[in-house]
Amino acid sequence: MQTTNIFSFHGGIHPPENKAQSLTLPLGHPSLPKELILPLSQHIGQSSRPLVSQGEQVLKGQAIAINNGFLSSFLHAPTSGSITAIEERVIAHPSGLSDLCIVIEPDGDDNWTERKPLNDWRRISKTDVLSYLAEMGIVGMGGAGFPTQVKLQGAHKHPLTHFIINAAECEPYITADDMLIREKTEQLVLGIEVLQHLVEADQVIIGIEDNKPQAIAALNNALAQHNSTIQVAVVPTKYPSGGEKQLIQLLTGKEVPSGQHPADIGILCQNVGTCVAVHDAIYLGQPLITRFTTLTGDALKAPQNVEVLLGTPVKHLLDYAQATHKKISRLVMGGPMMGFTLNSIDAPIVKTSNCILAASKKELPAPAPEQACIRCGMCEQVCPASLLPQQLLWFSKSQEFEKAEHYNLFDCIECGACSYVCPSSIPLVQYYRHTKSSIREAREAAVKSDLAKQRFEARKARQEAEAAEKEAKRLARQKASAQKTEGKSTATEAKKATPPAAETKTAILDESKKLKVDIALAKNKLKKLQKQLVEAQENEHVEEINHLQLQVTEQEKILTSLEQQLEKMATTPAEKSTKAAPAPVNEELKKAKIDVALIGAKLKKAQKQLAESPDDKELKANVSELEKGLVQAQSLLDRLTPSTAAQKADMLQKASSKPTVNDDLKKAKIDLAIAKAAVKKVEKALKKAEELKAPEADTLRQQLLEAQQRVDSLEKALSNPQTQSPMTEATESNASTDESAAKNEQIKKQKIASAMAKAAINKLKKRLAAEPDQAESIQQEIAAAEKRQQEADALLAQLTQSQDTM
Amino acid sequence: MALLRITSPHTQRAGRRTSWVMLMVILATIPGIAVQSWLFGWGTLINIAIAAITALLSEAAVLSMRRRSVVFFLTDYSALLTAVLLGIALPPSVPWWVTVTAVAFAVIFAKQLYGGLGNNPFNPAMVGYAIVLVSFPVPMTQWVGASDMVSSGSMMSLSQSLQAIFHHLPSIDSYTMATPLDGFKHKDSLSSAAAFNSIVSLKGANLSSWLFINSAYLLGGLILLVLRIITWHTPVAVLSSLAVISGVFYLIDPNHAATPWFHLTTGAAMFGAFFIATDPVTSCTSNRGKLVYGTGIGILIYVIRTWGGYPDGVAFGVLLMNFAAPLIDYYTQPRTYGHKKAKKGLTIKEDN
Ligand code: SF4
Ligand code: SF4
Repeated sequence: MQTTNIFSFHGGIHPPENKAQSLTLPLGHPSLPKELILPLSQHIGQSSRPLVSQGEQVLKGQAIAINNGFLSSFLHAPTSGSITAIEERVIAHPSGLSDLCIVIEPDGDDNWTERKPLNDWRRISKTDVLSYLAEMGIVGMGGAGFPTQVKLQGAHKHPLTHFIINAAECEPYITADDMLIREKTEQLVLGIEVLQHLVEADQVIIGIEDNKPQAIAALNNALAQHNSTIQVAVVPTKYPSGGEKQLIQLLTGKEVPSGQHPADIGILCQNVGTCVAVHDAIYLGQPLITRFTTLTGDALKAPQNVEVLLGTPVKHLLDYAQATHKKISRLVMGGPMMGFTLNSIDAPIVKTSNCILAASKKELPAPAPEQACIRCGMCEQVCPASLLPQQLLWFSKSQEFEKAEHYNLFDCIECGACSYVCPSSIPLVQYYRHTKSSIREAREAAVKSDLAKQRFEARKARQEAEAAEKEAKRLARQKASAQKTEGKSTATEAKKATPPAAETKTAILDESKKLKVDIALAKNKLKKLQKQLVEAQENEHVEEINHLQLQVTEQEKILTSLEQQLEKMATTPAEKSTKAAPAPVNEELKKAKIDVALIGAKLKKAQKQLAESPDDKELKANVSELEKGLVQAQSLLDRLTPSTAAQKADMLQKASSKPTVNDDLKKAKIDLAIAKAAVKKVEKALKKAEELKAPEADTLRQQLLEAQQRVDSLEKALSNPQTQSPMTEATESNASTDESAAKNEQIKKQKIASAMAKAAINKLKKRLAAEPDQAESIQQEIAAAEKRQQEADALLAQLTQSQDTM
Repeated sequence: MALLRITSPHTQRAGRRTSWVMLMVILATIPGIAVQSWLFGWGTLINIAIAAITALLSEAAVLSMRRRSVVFFLTDYSALLTAVLLGIALPPSVPWWVTVTAVAFAVIFAKQLYGGLGNNPFNPAMVGYAIVLVSFPVPMTQWVGASDMVSSGSMMSLSQSLQAIFHHLPSIDSYTMATPLDGFKHKDSLSSAAAFNSIVSLKGANLSSWLFINSAYLLGGLILLVLRIITWHTPVAVLSSLAVISGVFYLIDPNHAATPWFHLTTGAAMFGAFFIATDPVTSCTSNRGKLVYGTGIGILIYVIRTWGGYPDGVAFGVLLMNFAAPLIDYYTQPRTYGHKKAKKGLTIKEDN
């Protein structure tokens, strides 16, 4: 066994240990309680989904709830019995609220379900072992209860240099891990070996405080017997050496970079309880249904450690430890430094409950009244994160959130050392929690308003585009109606029939386009949310995770409903437009275009990330993949574009028997309309003049004559080609409506693109004002966006022109 | 059984409240006060008594005007501490109204008007001291001399001290003499060696009485260090910078400059370094900041003593550095766990 270097961390305190009380009695095994209450959410992340229903019989170890998403775990029946209810009960949570729980009434037989140990864990794939552990409901039993398999998966990001087993147990009063090591040394070592097999770290170190000589001796003994390479590092007793970051610093001298994970610097931490649970799952096939918990405090006559079934109500344990209920003034779950108070003794033990501290008034007196901060700096001397607690307090009180963040408020691990030493009895941690949550709320609100703004801008762009399109259509209709009235005498039935059909088709197209935009937006939002969620999960921001998860699910729902709508929509026009072959091609074209755009966007993002962290292999691979995808999509697009162009040309040729005539015809019609209007005007003026017996009447009469002559001649000219080719005209107009619809569509798209580019430019400009030190990159982005907009505008102009000439 | 619901942590270090901190600082001045009384008579003790009564009355008056709990705030002993520090700093024979003015100004204007304990940017005791030093320079520069050197040849009796403070003692001049710093300042063109030979206040007995006083305050300061009420940073920075700068000038011009030893053992050097500069409210927060802050005070003390208009420079040195403390704080933030660099400066930038 090698010895490891022990480093040190800044600050720390030495509160009275109070550990002896609970170590005088041997490990206790409380009797079965009358009922077991198993909250569906035992830890951070989503709550599990129940697999059983009321009245059902369950066996010990049977899964009664299944994981529900990424950060969730299985739950098993701690004993055999029947499910009496699935209802809201008071749970052990800082909020003191109730939550959905599965309530089991034990039948007293303690019948096991069939246990299937995973004896061949060395041979089967690691992923299978991980999923087996997930099915066994293994979570981190030290802190927040992070599902173990998630943590192990996260550890694969980088090669691990250190695998640290946290046995420091620095909180006063708690001795559960100490007892666990003494009682289950063998299992602990085997469990560590399984985990080491899964993560393959260079070094495995058990970090333990020097106030547990018996546990250390037991460990050394067992390790010697196993000829194990696992090292035991004895660290000096100092709170909070058991904090993950502090233990890492103690054992490796490295610091976990702010906002990152131990896994990012190649370190994985696991609690001893977790290792034993892993052993029980792999070797015995037992899911996580019991845990070691310390029962201590002056209000208990028999303080001790117990191995307790999950779901046991605290009251049952208090009675077991002979509590004098009147003496309990504060009931803390966890230790005195970081634990939280329970306001009901009915709350059950969960997977993360390591201690029940039933304190008398004398033991944990009510906090002294808060005095003014005298800036004595005692808090700063003890802060393990090297923060300036007194400054953070100042900013928290004055609500200067930006400054508080600048002073690294979010690196505070809420260990409470500062509050402990503060001579003015200031509840510093409480201030920090409040400020942190205020900042988080503000951030969330900012994100929300940002999204709302984006949505609003997109909608505005869409509406503008639609309005423009409508206007164009109206004009077209005017022209068409002018045509129709003119050509009524010669018009055929077919002509009447086609326009409405075309109209419905365009309407449907419109709808579906709108839907598609919606979907794209929704997808975008979903992706953003998912990214945020992953980030939050990586950073273990508990509150955010829940919140984001909700948002994600909702967004997913919206998206599916939209997609369904689109599908419905897509089928209807497909039937109708079978004869209009270009539609599907168009569709594909559009899809290809969207693909190109999407991949391009992704590529850009990845490239940016890559620029930030140039040696990230994963990113690089990602980028090259995206680039490939982009090329593919582009080629598809290219292939599609000429084909549609060809089709269009085809169509034009078919219809172009008299394109010029058609053109002239239109012009003539318009001229005619103008001339007629002129006639009317002159007639009116003439009438007036006659009434007034004005001298202008003569000249007016002359004018009228001329105008009428023009009308006549025009009409003649018009009737000429019409009579010549009524049929061609019909088909032609049909084709041209098709054509113009396609064009319209493109125009609309371009308009949207241009509007979006404009919005992007605006946003970037705003950002530029806000963050002048990133000016260059933003400037570049602006230039790019402007180019995009110009391109879109140019295309738009081209399209409108071509439409006009049609 | 009503269960208490509060957030963690649930315990507190027993006994070490703010009042305890203040009380310990007051108690740590006892060796110094004792030596001062032994050398200069009852004056210091009478000063402290007057100052304490004035401080408590002013604090109570302002607190009741501000509608704060009088008892709660009076028992944090911060006003008492200010009074004791001022009582020590003022000359033992100073008329009572000087003390009252200084203390009342310190408590009412320098402390309570800024919002009370913890919110005052300037060291109250030193503000009070500076005010009376500027307003009443004559009584402020009369120090009682060592008994075997003054013309009366004895120490002031209790009744004489009371007379000097509350009424008027015609023979006061026979008990007072210039302090060594004062004497050295007014040696004019004399060389150092000649000055130490010829000027009375620079004679051995007077020098050693100030050496005793400074040693006593050093002892008190060490007690505070052991109790971890203050950290070593500020006093060490003050004293070492004072020693270094006086050493440099002594090396350059040994004929006219005084030795570092002289500077460290006369005047309020130790008292200032351990009891005034370490006032937590008005000094810097981080350890590095305290080093910068203390160094500044040490340099200013030397500058004022050597080239300024007043014989000692602790009060003005501390007040000037109080001005600079917030700025120093911005540039001396500690490096937080998990960050590559410490943050610096006033601008709020992206994380590093
Ligand atoms: S320990 Fe308390 S009184 Fe002292 S500086 Fe910190 S917050 Fe202020
Ligand atoms: S609670 Fe935060 S600020 Fe206080 S000592 Fe712990 S890490 Fe530092």
